[in-house]
Amino acid sequence: MATTAEGFDAHHEDHAAHDHADHKPAFFARWFMSTNHKDIGTLYLIFAIIAGIIGGAISGLMRAELGAPGLQVMGDVVNFLGGDGASFDQQGHMWNVLITAHGLIMVFFMVMPAMIGGFGNWFVPLMIGAPDMAFPRMNNVSFWLTVVGFISLLFSLFVPGGTGMGAGVGWTVYAPLSTTGSVGPAVDFAIFSLHLAGAGSILGATNFITTIFNMRAPGMTLHKMPLFVWSVLVTAFLLLLALPVLAAAITMLLTDRNFGTTFFDPAGGGDPVLYQHLFWFFGHPEVYIMILPGFGMISQIVATFSRKPVFGYLGMAYAMVAIGVVGFVVWAHHMYTVGLDVNTKMYFTAATMVIAVPTGIKIFSWIATMWGGSLEFKSPMVWAMGFIFLFTVGGVTGVVLANGGIDDNLHDTYYVVAHFHYVLSMGAVFSMFAGFYYWFPKMSGRWHSEFLSHVHFWLFFIGVNVIFFPMHFLGLQGMARRYPDFTPAFSYWNEIATYGYMIMAGSMIVFFVNIGYALFAGKRAPGNYWGEGATTLEWSLSSPPPFHQFETLPVIEDHHSPDDHISEKPATA
Amino acid sequence: MSTLTLETRNKRTMLIAFGMALAMLGMGYAAVPLYDLFCRVTGFGGTTQVASASDAAMAERLAASAGGVSYSIRFDANTSRSMPWEFKPVQVTDTVAVGQRDMAFYTARNNSSVPITGTATFNVEPEQAGRYFNKIQCFCFTEQTLQPGEEIRMPVLYFVDPAALDDPNMKGVEQITLSYTFHRASEADKNQS
Repeated sequence: MATTAEGFDAHHEDHAAHDHADHKPAFFARWFMSTNHKDIGTLYLIFAIIAGIIGGAISGLMRAELGAPGLQVMGDVVNFLGGDGASFDQQGHMWNVLITAHGLIMVFFMVMPAMIGGFGNWFVPLMIGAPDMAFPRMNNVSFWLTVVGFISLLFSLFVPGGTGMGAGVGWTVYAPLSTTGSVGPAVDFAIFSLHLAGAGSILGATNFITTIFNMRAPGMTLHKMPLFVWSVLVTAFLLLLALPVLAAAITMLLTDRNFGTTFFDPAGGGDPVLYQHLFWFFGHPEVYIMILPGFGMISQIVATFSRKPVFGYLGMAYAMVAIGVVGFVVWAHHMYTVGLDVNTKMYFTAATMVIAVPTGIKIFSWIATMWGGSLEFKSPMVWAMGFIFLFTVGGVTGVVLANGGIDDNLHDTYYVVAHFHYVLSMGAVFSMFAGFYYWFPKMSGRWHSEFLSHVHFWLFFIGVNVIFFPMHFLGLQGMARRYPDFTPAFSYWNEIATYGYMIMAGSMIVFFVNIGYALFAGKRAPGNYWGEGATTLEWSLSSPPPFHQFETLPVIEDHHSPDDHISEKPATA
Repeated sequence: MSTLTLETRNKRTMLIAFGMALAMLGMGYAAVPLYDLFCRVTGFGGTTQVASASDAAMAERLAASAGGVSYSIRFDANTSRSMPWEFKPVQVTDTVAVGQRDMAFYTARNNSSVPITGTATFNVEPEQAGRYFNKIQCFCFTEQTLQPGEEIRMPVLYFVDPAALDDPNMKGVEQITLSYTFHRASEADKNQS
């Protein structure tokens, strides 16, 4: 272990300018040239909140349009962006642009930056007892690549994309709509944005893998790591293996569009279905990338507020590994309707259902952790319990959709929309809010209002359920995705879903009021404000932690279990 | 391991990780020829098979023992948007016994005022019939050039492999649709210029 400590010293030469633990650089250098994992984590969280507001506002426009049959809102949006709002084609195109932007923003610029960049950066080094990430400067590059990617995506809204302004190709960017179907630079900018965000994520994933493998505190074996760190480790591997395939696919799109290649063009011997295979080979691991860090956070939170070690630690860790591995061999369940033969469908149906097993292990282990625990319904815990309930609902509809035969009927209906919003808009987002309330006082040093947090929870819970539950009915009745208009027969539940959006939007106001209250008037939070249930290393530090922590490395003794890293004599910063 | 500094170990881990990412990028591109090969070999997605005359003779002998099951073959013709050809089958459907060689004709006429070279892509429905649909001769194997106003008859010599009768996936299949789409040769290049 002496070597490890020596290694950390070598690393600290980078920071020779500020040897005191709390010496911070000036504003510009601190926030724009940051190499501090906590500052970069904060930047990621702020970025994700901004992207979330934009992506959420876009979904508001979509729900407003879908509140009643006919086209009412798209014309105004087209006019606002300088197009011809009376043109039916441009209104339809604007709808495509909005669903594309909503999907890409929420996936690449809200969930991923918040979970991996935000919470991952903040808490992986703290939880494993490391002074910082392995490559602090690369960490900074990751963040700014993501920002530039986001700017590229926003810029695409204001340049021609074929029928109107913006890239209207769906978040999946399927060929041939994205190749011969969309003339103009908008789609190129959208693709470029994915390249940038993808490059940022690959760098970030490398950084996490290196940090977790090489920089754990003395005595912290892999099997003693907190489950959140496990979840980020698995996620980092998924990113590392899945994103390059997306990069290959969208680079082929770019060359098909601009340089005359025919990867996806039958005229030159290509096949558009190949794009779908490549995209979903990335796309399916991507959905686990979005949820696994959430699983990790929920494990920490449920254990903390049950005052019990998490049930089945090794099962929990390897369930995530299993989800990650199996997640790579189920991709074609997103494309059952491209014309797969019966045997192929049978395989993908069975493989997809296998994922329900490790997922079930996790759900039941969380419940078993709570069973007989000394439960405290603090804000992170209610969000975590909301997560467990709603994610399970989304999981059940996922098992339904896994069936190739049933999917022939439900493919591209609102049933699918309901399913993936239950696992993402409720699964991933609930886990992020749970993590946010769990760690916000740790990150900021100030308490949020528990009352407002509970109000936020209940409004959000009711809101998202009112939005998305009716979509199951609409989908089963045959309402197709990706259209701005629908037959009046679908009006009833669509109108209700739009009211749900308003409730959800109201809850977000409560959220922002709560943050404002905490930052300006919140009580100071002590180091371990959740009490004896909180046993990972971040709770051994002050709130907020010192600018540079663990200059003396904490040591995990043999008697420490994976669920308790805080020794009798707390490690000093 | 323990003799290396943290910095060296970090660099090594990083390089391995980048190597994995690069390998996956390469696999993404390798998927293009592999997918093509996969489709040709397995008939995946309705990719038809190419057979030699001796294969056909063999199939005929096999079919003789299988008894006279026959399929209805439907011929379908399309042109891509930028292709000013009139392209259609001479006969829309035909009934052919399994294993029996059959010749079908398509006609193409260049309605534009310039010579155009076209190339045809092809596919069969239902998908599972692809691996049993063998073409001995086809206009789609080569490019076709038509002078302005010129019309040609183009033959397809094909047979249905008797092995289809043993495949449970082919149960209930009574009609096979053979579909062609004519594109301008190297159309993608022309679109860009």
